[in-house]
Amino acid sequence: MSAWDLLRHAWFILIGVLLAGYSILDGFDLGVAALFPFLAKTDEEKSALIGAVGPVWDGNEVWLLAGGGALFAAFPMAYATVFSGFYLALMLVLFSLILRAVSLEFRAHDTDRKGLWEAAFVGGSALPALLFGVALGNVVVGVPLDAKGDFTGTFFTLLRPLPLVFGILGLCAFLLHGAAYAALKTEGALRQRAQKAALRLVPVFAAAFALSFVMVRLYLPAALKSLPAWIFAGLVVLSLVLVATSLRKGRDGRAFVFSSAVFLALWGLVASIQYPNLVRATGPAASLTITNASSSALTLKAMLIIAAIGMPLVIGYTIYAFRVFKGKAGAGGPGY
Amino acid sequence: MNAVFLARLQFGLTAGFHFLFPPTTLGLSLLVVIVEALYLKTRDEAYKRLSIYLVRILGTVFVMGVATGIALEFAFGNNWAAYARTVGDIFGAPLAAEAVFSFFLESVFLGILVFGRNRVSERTYALSAFLVFLGSHLSGLWIIIANSWMQTPAGFRFEGGRAVLESFWGAAFNPSTVIRFSHTILGGWMTGALAAMAVAAWLILKGRSRDEAPAARLMKPALIVFAAAAVLQLGSGHAHSMQVWRTQPEKMAAYEALWRTMDGAPFTVFGIPDEKNEQTLLAVRVPKMLSLLTQLKPNARVAGLDGFPKEERPPVLVPFAGYHLMILFGLIFIGMGLAGLRLVRRKKLLTSRRFLKLLIVAVPLPYLANEAGWVAAEVGRQPWAVFRLLRTSAAVSGAVPAGNILFSIIVFTAIYALIAVAGLTVILRTVRSGPGHPLVQGPEGDRT
Repeated sequence: MSAWDLLRHAWFILIGVLLAGYSILDGFDLGVAALFPFLAKTDEEKSALIGAVGPVWDGNEVWLLAGGGALFAAFPMAYATVFSGFYLALMLVLFSLILRAVSLEFRAHDTDRKGLWEAAFVGGSALPALLFGVALGNVVVGVPLDAKGDFTGTFFTLLRPLPLVFGILGLCAFLLHGAAYAALKTEGALRQRAQKAALRLVPVFAAAFALSFVMVRLYLPAALKSLPAWIFAGLVVLSLVLVATSLRKGRDGRAFVFSSAVFLALWGLVASIQYPNLVRATGPAASLTITNASSSALTLKAMLIIAAIGMPLVIGYTIYAFRVFKGKAGAGGPGY
Repeated sequence: MNAVFLARLQFGLTAGFHFLFPPTTLGLSLLVVIVEALYLKTRDEAYKRLSIYLVRILGTVFVMGVATGIALEFAFGNNWAAYARTVGDIFGAPLAAEAVFSFFLESVFLGILVFGRNRVSERTYALSAFLVFLGSHLSGLWIIIANSWMQTPAGFRFEGGRAVLESFWGAAFNPSTVIRFSHTILGGWMTGALAAMAVAAWLILKGRSRDEAPAARLMKPALIVFAAAAVLQLGSGHAHSMQVWRTQPEKMAAYEALWRTMDGAPFTVFGIPDEKNEQTLLAVRVPKMLSLLTQLKPNARVAGLDGFPKEERPPVLVPFAGYHLMILFGLIFIGMGLAGLRLVRRKKLLTSRRFLKLLIVAVPLPYLANEAGWVAAEVGRQPWAVFRLLRTSAAVSGAVPAGNILFSIIVFTAIYALIAVAGLTVILRTVRSGPGHPLVQGPEGDRT
């Protein structure tokens, strides 16, 4: 293996790490927001839920920007194909994320339109939580590409069975994770409601995971031969079981750790199925792989240095910020 | 309407709207750092109330910048896939570095500024303010690196239809990065400082006793930042113009509507470029001034538009107008800054009602100057996406039908209009409440 190949593999893994980091961190705020109308009944409960995500959602969302930037820098061909090919679907994600980004600030201070901004908070989180999985499902199951690597399908090409099921699976994962976080960060009736919601979501997630397995068997049978995929699938199931047992014992912190582990295992599973492809092509054109879609060795090396300097700092002060805001979120603090 | 036009329109609209917020953040975050430092030094409670007030405003501006910036991170893949494929080896890295080195920093510590005042020590709080300041300036650096590479590409070789990185530092610190960074940052400081001065002026004119002390303490540092930045900008603007003349002579020719190459070229103070007939109507010119400004020699030769093939010339009217408006505003800012300093010497800064009213009226000008300068720089780069390397018309996505772009432009416009209205409402509400209001200070009133 050449140095260039090593760098490509490093970036395949690092982008997976960034996306997993995004799922775990922004995942809980997307989940909390999507469950918001079901969990919070009173104004105080609403304040408590918003207080739980208010100080941290912005930093969490940067993981997506970092993942997108890293994909652009490391595998520009894949970045170009996916973002131009899935145009309308990704525009919906962008519109949602833009509205969600301002929703909490404006809900608190643009009082004439409070209802609108609350809807933006909920809808702007639920829609991306669904569409991320649909997009991922498409690059996994394969899309029609031409010789230049341009997507030749339409919006409806994206809505095939496997991607839709992946979308539902992703949504369930975000909801489960959000419910676990809500339980961890709140008290009283709200906490009990969040625990109950999380417990109910466990079998729903399991069903979606089983259905995804059927889809993979139908549309991507070769994936069943991958040993790492089986190992990660086992880890998904194990983590899910541990989420359920922790919830039953009222160990919210553990449940949250294991729902994070569900995401890690899911990303491991996707990476095992996908490697070495980034975007699988259906039809005669070549798939975009970590080899033919990558940047030069020098760019990958420069990026690796940037990540090696930057990411430890990011992780350090992110942990610091979470410690500053640790404990149950109550109403009445400054800000929102 | 073709896809190239629509893709440009979408980028122009989304980036132009976004570019209202980061410059404000640059200037305001600097003032928050100054105010926090003054508080730690003097322990004067008015500074603390002022800091809480400014952080509230900064929080709203920042979140609007974040929201409107999201689309830009992905725009190069959405609408400019051919661009991403051709120059992604160089252009992606600064965007990724911006996220790693600056977005995380500013977002995480802004969370502490807005929500954590009661949870961290006063020193840590001041340090968080500094880290938000640092993060927003590093963000400016990386995005200017990326944009400057489009203006004056360097540190690469062209191979098999793609730009391949040869030197990371050569690409990052290409011939225009440093000067464009200083020029943009100074513009941001003026924007934030003038906004802060206007807020202070409004509070003083309003005359509520609870606002008096914080408003007075805001005015002076904001004026010093504003005046210093305005004067320094004269130098940085001049150096930037010399660099444009040196590295992108056709762009300078468009800025000045210099149709023909000549020795001892004049500076056109005013005029209406008529691109069809290659002449400038109603032109008011200062003889030999352009030669003097670009090369410090009155009779030096300056390349005109006729020195370049027709299909490689930039449009003239828009870059000319943007460049001249920016210079005009820049001169106004110097005048305002010096007038303010004179009032300080005569101890009339807080009492001259005419000057206070002028500050409020002038708030839009730095925004117009920023946008005008940006439009001049980017339209003046045309017909190239990457100067003399990749045409804009060859940079768009092949897979995206024009109708999809149009649809997204319509939705973006609607969403951004809503955000603009709501954001302005929220900011004005905070400003009007004043630094002493419980709405701003929170129920407990201060740090506990």
